[in-house]
Amino acid sequence: MKEDITWIEVGRVADIPPAGARVVKTPRGDIAVFRTADDDVFAVRDRCPHAGGPLSQGIVHGARVTCPLHNWVIDLASGEATGPDEGCAGTFPVQVENGLIRLGLRLPPGPALGVPGAAS
Amino acid sequence: MTLANTKERLVLVGNGMAGIRTVEELLQRDPDRYEITVFGAEPHVNYNRIMLSPVLAGEKTFDQIVLNDRSWYDRNGIALLTGEKVEKIDREARTVTSIGGRTVGYDRLLLATGSDPFIIPVPGRDLPGVVTFRDMFDVEAMLRKAADGGRHAVVIGGGLLGLEAANGLAVNGMKVTVIHLMGTIMERQLDEAAGFLLQRELEDRGIDVITNADTKAILGEGHVTGVLLKDGREIPADLVVMAVGIRPSTGLAKAAGLAVERGVVVDDHMVTSDPAILAVGECVQHRGATYGLVAPLWEMARVCADQLAGRPESAYAGSVTSTKLKVTGIDVFSAGDFSGGKDCEDIVFRDAARGVYKRIVLKEDRIAGAVLYGDTRDGAWYFQMLREAENVAPLRETLIFGQGFGGQGFGGGGAANPKAAVAALSDSAEICGCNGVCKGAITRAIADKGLTSLDDVRTHTKASASCGSCTGLVEQLLELSLGDGYQAAAAAKPLCKCTHHPHDDVRRLIVAGELKSIPAVMQALEWKTPNGCHSCRPALNYYLLAAWPGEYKDDYQSRFVNERVHANIQKDGTYSVVPRMWGGLTSAKELRAIADVVDKFAIPTVKVTGGQRIDLFGVKKEDLPAVWKDLNEAGMVSGHAYAKGLRTVKTCVGSEWCRFGTQDSTGMGVKLERMTWGTWTPHKVKLAVSGCPRNCAEATIKDFGVVAVDSGWELYVAGNGGMKVRECDFLAKVETEEQVLEYCGAFLQLYREEARYLDRTAPWVERVGLDYVKKRVVEDDEGRRALFARFRFSQVFSQTDPWDERASRGVDSHEFAPLAMVG
Ligand SMILES: Cc1cc2nc3c(=O)[nH]c(=O)nc-3n(C[C@H](O)[C@H](O)[C@H](O)COP(=O)(O)OP(=O)(O)OC[C@H]3O[C@@H](n4cnc5c(N)ncnc54)[C@H](O)[C@@H]3O)c2cc1C
Ligand code: SF4
Ligand code: FES
Repeated sequence: MKEDITWIEVGRVADIPPAGARVVKTPRGDIAVFRTADDDVFAVRDRCPHAGGPLSQGIVHGARVTCPLHNWVIDLASGEATGPDEGCAGTFPVQVENGLIRLGLRLPPGPALGVPGAAS
Repeated sequence: MTLANTKERLVLVGNGMAGIRTVEELLQRDPDRYEITVFGAEPHVNYNRIMLSPVLAGEKTFDQIVLNDRSWYDRNGIALLTGEKVEKIDREARTVTSIGGRTVGYDRLLLATGSDPFIIPVPGRDLPGVVTFRDMFDVEAMLRKAADGGRHAVVIGGGLLGLEAANGLAVNGMKVTVIHLMGTIMERQLDEAAGFLLQRELEDRGIDVITNADTKAILGEGHVTGVLLKDGREIPADLVVMAVGIRPSTGLAKAAGLAVERGVVVDDHMVTSDPAILAVGECVQHRGATYGLVAPLWEMARVCADQLAGRPESAYAGSVTSTKLKVTGIDVFSAGDFSGGKDCEDIVFRDAARGVYKRIVLKEDRIAGAVLYGDTRDGAWYFQMLREAENVAPLRETLIFGQGFGGQGFGGGGAANPKAAVAALSDSAEICGCNGVCKGAITRAIADKGLTSLDDVRTHTKASASCGSCTGLVEQLLELSLGDGYQAAAAAKPLCKCTHHPHDDVRRLIVAGELKSIPAVMQALEWKTPNGCHSCRPALNYYLLAAWPGEYKDDYQSRFVNERVHANIQKDGTYSVVPRMWGGLTSAKELRAIADVVDKFAIPTVKVTGGQRIDLFGVKKEDLPAVWKDLNEAGMVSGHAYAKGLRTVKTCVGSEWCRFGTQDSTGMGVKLERMTWGTWTPHKVKLAVSGCPRNCAEATIKDFGVVAVDSGWELYVAGNGGMKVRECDFLAKVETEEQVLEYCGAFLQLYREEARYLDRTAPWVERVGLDYVKKRVVEDDEGRRALFARFRFSQVFSQTDPWDERASRGVDSHEFAPLAMVG
């Protein structure tokens, strides 16, 4: 059976500092939602492919983040490590409309999903 | 007339840019096919809407922007009904009816109703004095307000339209504030760097720009008086211009039952869901996209005219758009996608002296996007290559310099050679803008004086001795003059790959150029990347902080996570917390508080550090503020164990208890720690004080070590117990505690002002030499006091406990809470 993507509102672009990130907690692990200095928004699994570092805590430059643990540089659009390093953190589809961010998640069907302060 | 009956009837709704352009194209193809009727809701003939901005700014009159006057309509036998808004389409009867009750039949109907400005649904939006920026009415309303003494205008929306409105109103003498939701203005067209330059230019023109500003309400009773932001700020306003965006005007089409999504849905031939009805312009949605600029409309108009003229084979395939800002004296161009991403490469060029910034984004050897600021001459060229997806690999090296670079430049014999371009410069060409040195002066000096290095040229000609942005050119001249004899000096390594400037130059130029923000440094020093990287940003942040105490606003996002969250990140992503224990002293109350925190937050590991402090390991990030709160309540503050700053002052027990102690080393340590805590330094700094030469506090492997002797205090510097153990150098012997403090502060300040970011004191002193440090800190009494004074001055601003700010005053609270929980 094919799981459907559910679009879930997680907050506003303005809730994330420019060149920063915030975390969305899910039962299947944390997702880091990045806002670049150009106000592009990306969602990447919050685990560095190297040793699991929390990417959301890294320094964001261009559309990349440097992992805070050992400085791997991860491309936000693809989740892939750049440079000589290899590995992928995995990304999630994002929609931004009128400053609202929605993540496209594959979630098991079931009762409504509770998002604090946001309708889904 | 009988003749009329032989013609098909074409009715156009919307006397704007796209509709009339289609008619013009149609008249070229088949002038006699239709009997044409045009309905226009505005009372005007067809005018160039994009020129409303120059009309507002007083650079053009309405007459000058008219595209087709009435005689044109007459000549072409077109019936023009102005001021007649069409209200209804009857698709069965094939008629349209206007608001004035006029009904006209059609065989083909063309909708070109454009867009409606979006009005944000805040209280007060209907007050008199709130206008949009779309048509001549709006322009007239704004001009009237400016003329009858309106002083303050607020423009909501820092996009293209908003900024043009702001400029126009400012030119008309109003005090204008632009409020913008996002962090940089025109964020859809410009990257951060260009947005910054634009904002600065507007601010220089007296226009205030507030970013990250969300409108809560428009204030006023009979008339607008101000705008209230969500953060509580209130901005006075006699006029409010809403320029937050547009929406395709689809009401008429929707009511007629045509397929409408965001816009009126059309196929590749501009035909709507009803084959008799076509649509063009901003009101349409084609392959999911809507457009808000003129260029795509021209492409649509051609296809639409073909269709109407019975040539259905032509098809519209969507457009790539580019943008320019029409504000006199500000050149901005943007096209395509410049957000970068995987496989993308940035080429960035900055010429600080001319205020030029260019960025080209390449993807697989093709241009994906371009942003030009200050010099937009090559915009059309880049845009053409972008649209044609031309492979630019052969041009790559000189691409950023534009089409004119190196004579023939592109297309012809491959890439132009930068050296050839320098060789081709005339002797009178200016090389160093700062010092006004031209090429001839440099080449002559090289030949006559036998100069062989960049430094020689700097000393003899001053070229490249100031801002350094011409260094590359000067080196090329050396190379040209000396041939293989010139080896680019083992020049200091650049700070990182984003710049060609080494650390020391960056520091010097920040002060010399009075650069006070990271974007300002990046622009002035011609950074090669749009917003740096994880190496240069923290360095710049530190250099600015050290250069402008109290003035520079710390850039939070340029700090490593440890400093951002004031705790040490550990390998599993949890944090460790070290409360400050002044001079290594603690008390039962503090220990109890620590023990309670350990229990309450189930902290798994408690460890005593090498610097005599207690480290609590395994704290979850979201618990940090609560942990700090409890520790703060027991009087403890952050130990800055995470900081590139003062960490600890280690002490022995000294004369208080030890039978050997000659002085109160603990007391001295506490005084030193009270003086130095909170300081930001190029790297971590550790101090220690021992009570006698037995040196139990290991003071001679610290950045600054103090050892008590009978007659006073011996001071040691530049020790290091890290990877490469280094024993301190002896700096001086002093007599009083005051002197210890003064020498310590002066030494730290010299380090703060002159070392490179991430240099500890040891490599720094090794590089500059101990003699130099002695000369500045020991031999020069006045210099030492000045250094000390600067140290104390900057401490005024840095001694705030970051834990307290976050635990009880909610600073950066977003950092510690998740954005959302899902599932
Ligand atoms: C101030 C300003 C500056 C701009 N600057 C630029 C720029 O620099 N570059 C650029 O590319 N674009 C710019 N634009 C955008 C550009 O003007 C539009 O993309 C273009 O005008 C759209 O053409 P259109 O024919 O689709 O709509 P419009 O030109 O808006 O024409 C639509 C017309 O239809 C009429 N209408 C609507 N409904 C009805 C009805 N029911 N009955 C009768 N008539 C109706 C409207 O009154 C209007 O006159 C600017 C726009 C503005 C407002
Ligand atoms: S350094 Fe001297 S004073 Fe301090 S504890 Fe050791 S022996 Fe005692
Ligand atoms: S865990 Fe990210 S670099 Fe090591």
